[in-house]
Amino acid sequence: MKKLLVYLKNYKKESLLGPFFKLVEVIFELMVPIVMASLIDKGIGMHDREYILKMFATLILFGVCGLAASISAQYFAAKAATGFAKEVKHALFEHIQTLSFAEMDKLGVSSLITRMTSDMNQVQTGVNITLRLLLRSPFVVFGAMIMAFTIDVQAALIFVVTIPVLFIVIFGIMLFCIPKYRKVQEKLDRVLSTTRENLEGTRVIRAFCKEEEEIKIFGLYNEDLTNIQKKVGCISALMNPVTYIIINIAIAILIWNGAIRVAAGVLTQGAVVALYNYMSQILVELIKLANLIISITKTIACGNRIQSVFETSSDMEEGRETAGKSKNESMVEFRNVSMQYQGGGEAALENISFAAKPGQVIGIIGGTGSGKSSLVNLIPRFYEATEGEVLVDGENVKSYTYAALRTKVSTCLQKAVLFHGTIRENLLWGKKDATDAELWEALSIAQAKDVVESKDGGLDYMIEQGGKNLSGGQKQRLTIARALVQDADVLILDDSSSALDYATDAALRIALAKMEKKMTIFMVSQRTSSIQHADCILVLEDGKLVGKGKHEELLESCDVYKEIYYSQFKKEAMENGK
Amino acid sequence: MENKKNTSKATIQKVLTYIKQYRFLLFCSILLAFLSVLLTLYIPVVVGNAIDKIVGPGKVDQTIIPLLIRIVIVAFITAFFQWIMNTINNKITYQVVQDIRNEAFEKIQKIPLKYIDAQSHGDIVSRVIADVDQFADGLLMGFTQLFTGVVTILATLLFMFSINIWIAFVVVLLTPLSLFVARFISGKTYHLFLKQSETRGEQTSLVEELVGNQQVVKAYHHEKEAMEQFDEINERLAECSLQATFFSSLTNPVTRFLNSVVYAGVGLTGAYFAIGGMLTVGELSCFLSYANQYTKPFNEISGVITELQNALACAARVFALIEEEPERETEVTCRLQNATGKVDLEHVSFSYVPEKKLIQDFNLSVKPGQRIAIVGPTGCGKTTMINLLMRFYDVDQGSIKIDGVDIRDISRKDLRSNFGMVLQETWLKTGTILENISMGKPNATREEIIQAAKDSHAHNFIKRLPNGYDTVIGESGASLSQGQKQLLCIARVMLCLPPILILDEATSSIDTRTEVKIQEAFSHMMQGRTSFIVAHRLSTIREADVILVMKDGNIIEQGNHDTLLAQNGFYANLYNSQFATTES
Repeated sequence: MKKLLVYLKNYKKESLLGPFFKLVEVIFELMVPIVMASLIDKGIGMHDREYILKMFATLILFGVCGLAASISAQYFAAKAATGFAKEVKHALFEHIQTLSFAEMDKLGVSSLITRMTSDMNQVQTGVNITLRLLLRSPFVVFGAMIMAFTIDVQAALIFVVTIPVLFIVIFGIMLFCIPKYRKVQEKLDRVLSTTRENLEGTRVIRAFCKEEEEIKIFGLYNEDLTNIQKKVGCISALMNPVTYIIINIAIAILIWNGAIRVAAGVLTQGAVVALYNYMSQILVELIKLANLIISITKTIACGNRIQSVFETSSDMEEGRETAGKSKNESMVEFRNVSMQYQGGGEAALENISFAAKPGQVIGIIGGTGSGKSSLVNLIPRFYEATEGEVLVDGENVKSYTYAALRTKVSTCLQKAVLFHGTIRENLLWGKKDATDAELWEALSIAQAKDVVESKDGGLDYMIEQGGKNLSGGQKQRLTIARALVQDADVLILDDSSSALDYATDAALRIALAKMEKKMTIFMVSQRTSSIQHADCILVLEDGKLVGKGKHEELLESCDVYKEIYYSQFKKEAMENGK
Repeated sequence: MENKKNTSKATIQKVLTYIKQYRFLLFCSILLAFLSVLLTLYIPVVVGNAIDKIVGPGKVDQTIIPLLIRIVIVAFITAFFQWIMNTINNKITYQVVQDIRNEAFEKIQKIPLKYIDAQSHGDIVSRVIADVDQFADGLLMGFTQLFTGVVTILATLLFMFSINIWIAFVVVLLTPLSLFVARFISGKTYHLFLKQSETRGEQTSLVEELVGNQQVVKAYHHEKEAMEQFDEINERLAECSLQATFFSSLTNPVTRFLNSVVYAGVGLTGAYFAIGGMLTVGELSCFLSYANQYTKPFNEISGVITELQNALACAARVFALIEEEPERETEVTCRLQNATGKVDLEHVSFSYVPEKKLIQDFNLSVKPGQRIAIVGPTGCGKTTMINLLMRFYDVDQGSIKIDGVDIRDISRKDLRSNFGMVLQETWLKTGTILENISMGKPNATREEIIQAAKDSHAHNFIKRLPNGYDTVIGESGASLSQGQKQLLCIARVMLCLPPILILDEATSSIDTRTEVKIQEAFSHMMQGRTSFIVAHRLSTIREADVILVMKDGNIIEQGNHDTLLAQNGFYANLYNSQFATTES
C-alpha cells in the first residue's frame, strides 16, 4: 500500500488541506460546550440577557465557521481521493500493458480485473474516508479530554480512565469479529459456488435425478452460513450496549464528582454541563473510529493487492530494430530453441530447429499439450525462448521493437476474440488505415463475407462485448479476416479453424493458397486434413520435434504422425482414392 | 407510477409471508425497540435532575446519589434490551435469508431448462446471493431503524413539550429545515451516483475486454489506442466520481451545522426561560442533549427510505425467480424401468421461440440396439434432439415414445434413469473423483467404480493424481484437462449403463490419441444399447444405422451412409469436403 501513496504526490496540497480543515472544524466543535458553560454560568447565573445573546451569536458564528471548514475539507478529500484513484488506475493499466504473457499468466486475468475495479474502488473510498475522518475522531476524543483538563483536572481524570476502557471494549470486539467475518465470507462463497455449479450442471444433475440430493446439500451449506452469521452477530451486537453502559457509568461518576467539587466551590454548574457534553461527544466519535479502522484495514489489503501488480515487472526487454533484412533466405527460423514456462516443471519446447522460407505454408500438429501453441507464440515474442534463437526475417526477435515485430507477424489466436465496436473497427485493428476494399478482400479470403453481408449494416454492424451476438464459427472467421487485414509477412493461424466445419475449413485453405501476396503461413491444427497439404509439417510430441517434412514423407517415416492420421481417417482415406 | 406502487405493494405482501413465521420474534423486537428508545431518552432527564441538585458552593445534596444510581441501572437495562433486540433482529434476518435462498435453490432445480438456458448464470447467482443479502439488510435493518427513528422523534417531542412548550417549539420549527436540506442533497446526489456507477460499469467492461484479451491487444500492438480509450473513460470517471463523492459528503457537515443552530437556539431561549425562573439548568442540559441528537433520526429516516426502496427492488428480483413456473408435471400413468430401448418419434414439432420454426412433423423409429448418428455443421441444433429426448424441453406437437409409452406419461425421473448421457460440455461437481463417478449409482462399491474407470480408460490418469480416487476436483481442487474430464464423464455413465445412451463426441479440445481411447470407451458402452450420437467422426457416422443430417435446426436428410451418399445432397457434400484439398 505504501508505494501506492506516491500517486498522491500531485494532490499533496489537497491531501494536506483536507485533514487541516477537518481539524479546524473539530476545534470549533470543541469550543461549543465551553461557550455553553459560560452562557449558563454568567448569562443565567448573573441574569445577563445581553451576554446570553452574545454567546448565542458566538455559537452560530462557530457553526458557520465549522461548516465552511468542513465543506472545504470534504472537497479536498474527495478531490485527492478521486484524483489519486485516477492516477493509480492509469499507471496500473499502463503497467499491465507492459507485462509479458508469462507474467499475465502468473497474475491471472480475472484477478487483474478485480484489482483494477473493485479493489480500486475500495481504495478510493478508503483514502477519502481516511483523509476526512482519521484525524477527526482522535482529535475529538483527545480534544475533549484536553478540554476537560482545562475545566477541571480531577474531572479530567475520569476521562483518562474511561477512554482506554472504551478503546479496549471496541477494539476487543472488533478483533474478535474480523477473523470470524472472514469465515462468514468463506461459507458464503461456498453457497455461491454451489449455486453456480448447479446452474452449469443442470443437465447432468437432472439426467442423474440428483435434484433432491443437491437441494439437501445446499440446505446444509446454507444453514452452516446462517449459524455462523448468527454467532458473529451476537458478539458484534454487544458493541453499542456495552459502550453505552460504560459511558453512562462515567457520566454518573462525573456528576457525583461535579457535585462535590461544586459544593467545594471549585467548579460551576455550567462546567459540569460542559463536561457532560464532552463525554457524550466521545462516544459517538469512538464508534466512528472503530468503523473507520475496519475500512482502513480493508483498504490496506486491497492496496497491497494492487501494489503486488506493480511489483511484477516484465523481464523482457524491447529491442530497437524496426526493419528486417528482407533479402533473407528464410522468413522464420528456429535455432535450437528451448522454452520453459515460469513455474512449469518440464520444458514446453526442447531443442527445436527449422526454417520457413517466404511464401511457405508450415503445418504444425501434435496432441494437446505437445507445445504447438508454445512454438508459434515464440515468433511474435509473446513468450521468450529460454535457450536458442528465434529469427524473423533474418533478425533475432529480441532485437525488434514490439510494434515492428508484430506488424511483420500477424497472429490469429486460438481463442476467437472480438471487441465491442463495429465489424469495421475490429478489422482495423490489423491495419489502422485499411480501406473498405482491403477489408472485403480479407473477409472473402477468411470465408467471412457472407457473415458480414448477412448482418444489418454490414461492416457497421455492432459487435457486442465478447462477440456475444456472433456464433463461434462466425467469430473465428472474423478474427482470421482481422489477421489478414494486417497484410503481414508471416501469418500464424493457431488452431483458428477448429469451430469451422470441414467444408468451410477447406474453402479457407484454398483461398489462402490463391492469395496474391505470398505470406509465410503457420497453421496449427488438430486435424490432419487441415495441414496435410502444407509445404512442411512439424510434428510435435511432448515439446519435441519428432517429425518434419511433407505429408507423404511423414506417413512413411513418422510414427506419431501416422498414428494421428489414421486415428482420424482410418482406412477410408485410402479408399477415397488417395 | 401507479403500477410501480402496486408491484411494491405485492412485494411487501410476499415479504410479510416470509416474516410471518417469525412474528413472535418480530413483536418482541418491536417491543424492545420501543422500550430501549424510551429509556435512552429518559437518561438525559435523570441527568438533568441530578445537575439541578448541584446548585453552588455548600453541602453536597445527598439526594443526588439515588439519581446517579438510577442512571446506571437504566443504562444497564437499556443496554440489555438493545442487545436482545439486535440478536433477535439478526436471527430474523439470517433466518429469512436462509429460507429464501433455500426456496430459490429448490426452484433452480425444478425450473424448466428454457429459463436457465436463456438467463445469464451470473444474473441468477446474483439474485440468490447478492440480492437476497441486500434485501435482508435493507428491509429488516431499515425497518428497525425506521421504527426506532419514529419512536425517538415522537418520544423526544413528548419529553420536550412536557418540560417546556416554547423551547420545544423552537426545535419543531427548525426541524423541517434539516429535512429539507437532507432531501435536497440526497436528491441531487442520486443522479450523480447513478452517473458514477454507469461510468464505472463502462470502465469495468472496458477493462474486462482489454485486460481479459491482453494477448490480442499485444498481438496487434494496440497498446497505445487501448491506453487512450482507457484514459478517456478514466478522466470522465474521476470527474463524476469527484462530484458524487463531494456532494454526498455534504450531508454530514450541513446537518451538523443545522444541529448547532438548533443547539444555539435552544441555548438562547432556554437561558431566557431560566432567567425567568421557568426552567432549571438541569432541564436546559437535558434539552441540549436532545437537541444534540434529534436530527440523527431524521437523517436516518430519509436514508432508510431509499434503502427500503432498494431492498424492495432486490426482493422483487428474487421473488421473480422463486415464482417462475416449475417444469410442468404431467400425470404419471405408468412406470418405466429397464426399457428395451425402442424409441419412436411421431409427428414431432418443436421450436424454442414460436416465430422461428425448428423441427416440424418429424418421424423416426428406432429399434432396440440401433445406433443413430446426428451430423451437421456447428450450431445446427444437434443439442435440440438431446433436449427433447431427455425431456429437458417438451415437444410442441406429436409425441416421443419409449417402449411404446409416451414420455409424458412417465415421471421425468423414470425417463432419465433410462438414459445415459455424455455431453461435450463436461461438467463435474466439486468433490472427489469417487463421488463424481458414482453420481448415477451412489451405492456402488469402490471396486465397481474402479472397474468403470478402467473400462473408460480413466483409471490410468486417476491413479497418478495426488490422492487417486479420493482427489478432490472442482473449483478449488485439482485441475483436469478437458480430455480427462471427458473420460470421467464417460466413467460416470459406464458405472450405471442405462439402456439408452446419448453421446456427444467432443473433438475440438481433445488430442487425437486421447480421442482414440474415448472412442474405444464409447463403442464398449454402445454394445447392445440404443444410442444417439452427435457424431464428428467418419467411422461413427458410417457405422450408424440411421444418420440424421441437421442444418439450421432442421432435419434435412435422414437415412444410412450409402443411401445418403446416393442422394448426393448436403450429406454427400459435407462428407466429401473432408477430403477437399488445396490443389483441387
